[in-house]
Amino acid sequence: MSKVYIALQDNDVSRYIVEAIEEDNPSVTVNYMPAMIRIENDHELVVKRETVEEKIGRDWDVQELGLNLITLGGNVDEDDEQLKLTWN
Amino acid sequence: MSHEIKTATIKPIRNTYLTTEQRFGDKPASRYQEASFDIQSVENFHYRPVWQPQFEINDANRTAIKMKDWYALKDPRQFYYATYVTHRAKLQENAENSYAFFEKRKLGTMLSDEVRDRLINFVIPFRHLEQAANLNNMYGTAYGYGTVMAQAMCFEAMDRLGIAQYLSRIGLILDGNSGESLDQAKQQWMQAPGWQGVRALCEEMLVTEDWFELFVAQNIVVDSLVGSVLYTQFDEWLTDHQAHDVTMLLEFMQEWKKDRTRWIDSVIKTVVRESDHNKLLVADWSTQWHEKARAALQPVAEKLVGNTALDMASEELNKNLIKAGIN
Repeated sequence: MSKVYIALQDNDVSRYIVEAIEEDNPSVTVNYMPAMIRIENDHELVVKRETVEEKIGRDWDVQELGLNLITLGGNVDEDDEQLKLTWN
Repeated sequence: MSHEIKTATIKPIRNTYLTTEQRFGDKPASRYQEASFDIQSVENFHYRPVWQPQFEINDANRTAIKMKDWYALKDPRQFYYATYVTHRAKLQENAENSYAFFEKRKLGTMLSDEVRDRLINFVIPFRHLEQAANLNNMYGTAYGYGTVMAQAMCFEAMDRLGIAQYLSRIGLILDGNSGESLDQAKQQWMQAPGWQGVRALCEEMLVTEDWFELFVAQNIVVDSLVGSVLYTQFDEWLTDHQAHDVTMLLEFMQEWKKDRTRWIDSVIKTVVRESDHNKLLVADWSTQWHEKARAALQPVAEKLVGNTALDMASEELNKNLIKAGIN
């Protein structure tokens, strides 16, 4: 089965997003590459607004993810609360 | 000719400072962590202060509250100097726009005498309470323990100075920059019987020695009561009396309140969870100061909003205290 993945620019904001992803998806693999952080998981991967806000210490809009996003793989299911990647 | 493009990875020699690494592990750290944790000196002080020889310069025993680790009191907003300044600059820019608009459109002239009277006699004198809040938080900054707490109190102190200035600006708008309304408000603060309780309350806080007791008194009890009466209930009263425009001038305070509540809640929750000793102290302090503050604020709250204003505010405070783990 293919993995879902998301790659973010390696910067101060992404660090908190990565932390939140690791907390919400304990089985993820995080690869630190030059200037990029690539996170993979089997089946699904979810980025939750609430967890990111807790880590980053301010209000955070799920759409802000786009500012630091390089690429992602998987079917996207996005609403105000979370962004979920899955393969059907 | 062909070019081969390769990426070379240059790893930083170290991820962060040694102190940060010891606390959070060897990984990239946030600026907040680097700028806030384990910054204050804890040992090798040469002399005890002559003005307080029972304590070291930085001494955790200046409050009765005990914490195993004072750095547990972190600020959920993760404010260190740069983030705080950026955040507040944004708020201030909005506030400046509102004040400029209010003045440009001369919205002050549309206010009824009743609204003007309440603003000058019962809102603007609160700037003196804000200054007490500034001093009280500065006291915590000076004598508190642990950088995360001290810096957050310093930011709170600066906020309060800002609010005092905004309240004064409201006065200057109302009197066309003559300063008359500020004089009148000062007279109220110094002489009107209704204000003397609040003035005495401020003075008592100013001489309270235990900095965490002062934190409970000022930032939790008094601010919660005043916040509810002035920035929630009076705000509604203004709307009901065709003075919506004034709420524009109080918006900074609304935003500040929303923002700092997260910090206050998190600090109090952590302290109370630490031990029963702390819980009892905080419960005791909050009950004592709640009683005093209620008595002091009653006449002002009554004139500002109405008889039941303070009951509502008290209920709100009690609910928050229970949520924080104090029953």
